Amino acid sequence: METVADLKNRLAAVHYVADDTLATALQLALTLKRPLLLEGEAGVGKTEIAKALAGILDTRLIRLQCYEGLDANAAIYEWNYQRQLLAIKASEHEQIGAAEIEKHIFSEDYLLRRPLLEAISQDKAPVLLIDEIDRADEEFEAYLLEILSDFQITIPELGTVAAKTVPHVILTSNGTRELSDALRRRCLYAYVEFPDPERELAIILSHLPDIEETLAVQVARFVRELRKEDLDKAPGIAETLDWAAALTGLGVRALEHDLETVQSSLICLLKTEADSRSVTKEVTSRLVGQAA
Amino acid sequence: MTGTVQTSNPAPIAARVAGFIDHLRLNDFAVGPSETQAALKLIDRIGPLERDRVRQSLKTLLTGRHEEWERFDDLFEAYWFARGRERASAGKANPHRRSSATRPSIWSGQLPDGEASGMGDPGSGGSADDDLSGTSAERAVASRQNQLRKADLRHVADPDEIAEAERLAYRLAAAMRYRLSRRYRIANAGSKLDLRRTIRSNIAHGGEPITLVHKARPDRPVRIVVLLDVSGSMKLYSRFFLQFVKGLVCEWIDADAYLFHTRLIRVTDALQDRDSIKAMTRLALMADGFGGGTRLGDSLKVFNDRYARRALNSRTVFVILSDGYDTGSPEAMAAELKRLKKRVRRIVWLNPMLGWRDYEPVTRAMAQALPLIDHFAAANTLNSLGAIEDDLARM
Repeated sequence: METVADLKNRLAAVHYVADDTLATALQLALTLKRPLLLEGEAGVGKTEIAKALAGILDTRLIRLQCYEGLDANAAIYEWNYQRQLLAIKASEHEQIGAAEIEKHIFSEDYLLRRPLLEAISQDKAPVLLIDEIDRADEEFEAYLLEILSDFQITIPELGTVAAKTVPHVILTSNGTRELSDALRRRCLYAYVEFPDPERELAIILSHLPDIEETLAVQVARFVRELRKEDLDKAPGIAETLDWAAALTGLGVRALEHDLETVQSSLICLLKTEADSRSVTKEVTSRLVGQAA
Repeated sequence: MTGTVQTSNPAPIAARVAGFIDHLRLNDFAVGPSETQAALKLIDRIGPLERDRVRQSLKTLLTGRHEEWERFDDLFEAYWFARGRERASAGKANPHRRSSATRPSIWSGQLPDGEASGMGDPGSGGSADDDLSGTSAERAVASRQNQLRKADLRHVADPDEIAEAERLAYRLAAAMRYRLSRRYRIANAGSKLDLRRTIRSNIAHGGEPITLVHKARPDRPVRIVVLLDVSGSMKLYSRFFLQFVKGLVCEWIDADAYLFHTRLIRVTDALQDRDSIKAMTRLALMADGFGGGTRLGDSLKVFNDRYARRALNSRTVFVILSDGYDTGSPEAMAAELKRLKKRVRRIVWLNPMLGWRDYEPVTRAMAQALPLIDHFAAANTLNSLGAIEDDLARM
């Protein structure tokens, strides 16, 4: 069993800065081979974790984006009807029985693999990211539960497809809907918080190696203070990185030097009209003061 | 206390871990024997001396939601290191017991054992309708129900009739759900072709799609979010409305309920709790401040800030059950209603007083709110409650 510190280092190598809690959860998910459910505010880097994991395991990332009305056809498999029709047409003039045609067009050649089927038919265990599971319907959740426990899929025309390898499953949820207890019990769980300024600094430095360190420190602190304000939408890590890149591009070396530019560049962080109105120049200069 | 999870000899650790799982379960964690086994394996693998890693790993394994995640560390400390243990085990002695004296009378209708005594609220006027009192013994049940449906609820005072009206309110909500959910079916002639079935059924025609099979996505039911005013001015109605709301929450596929007076509380889980004694305890804790004034604006603000993101979607019908007598500022309320309106499909305001003769919505709060409301209706009788069904069905 590799240590948590090892895992953190390997994640850092693919530019993901994890804290102990998250690294422990990931390591546990890898060793116990159980799905990991990640919850947290939008923008704390839940999806990135799956990408980073695929990076360190050097394997494919297969992503299933959930949405309302997602059904088995979009998530598991679908027959390629156009090709099936063509095949039927093409074989019209050859003397082939209906049963044979049927057998032919319902073979694997005509099967479109959607993410879930794709994930269990890989030679090397992939990372399966089931993103925003809370957006899918409850019925789909129940179905997913079955797949996550058996890792086999039954296709009526073809038979049961058993998993070649068991994928590493990561589910994310933004908490727009309560998930079922059954799903929660099936999964390991971790709540992802916004990073503390030290970790956010490490993230900025890891993604933007050219940034001045003093500016990066200020950016991390400013964003932490900004998240404490009463905002509709707290800025996520991606927003922090955008802003840091924007400031570097605008030639800002320290926040307090150029409040005008800082104020106008806040559009990187504040994504609603109400938020940009509530963070006035006075608020900005107070926050800059706290960050300095 | 030492800094390690105590394991003097190997056998007791299994008992201690099982005890820990019990401890979590008593604190409303959804864990069972399979978790005990998994936890034991995990501790064995990590080694019991690695306190922090054991704690973090168990946290990942045993929690399943944010609230549990937040409480786990304290519970872990309390159990393994006896911090705050006294209190934990004191609560354990009888977790579901609560003396009936502390229950506000408004909840007593929800008790299973018919503890609904003392319901004759002195403020209820006692002036029962002539139709409803009198020869109740001979009256056929059906006709009594009919009368009850039409009677203004503030005139219902006889305990039997109160119980009956509450049951009716509950059944009304359940029936509405049933009727609306019949829309949840696949139509014969849908808008889209079901290619899969079309091809299968046309293999006999050499693949020429002659018989077409259609499919349609069933209509998705609306989500209902109810805010029920339980302030003093609503006293005569709120017990019936509460049953109605309970009916909605327990029978509707997708419903969410909140009570408010000067504060706002989410009661969906409490209403849904199958253990009704536990539900009572939870509601009693929430009912603190019952019968006081109304702060509609503040309550809506709390709702918008704390719950709206999770509770509302574009299929939501937002129902407010209130008389609109507000002690807060009407402008603030209107501002919050505006915010709300952006996130929901319809806002329905049910006002019991609208059913009174000669009532005009003259309170300043109502006047401010009216332009923002999609549907403003009376709700002083059970029939008028039932009438909102059409509103819920129509999107």
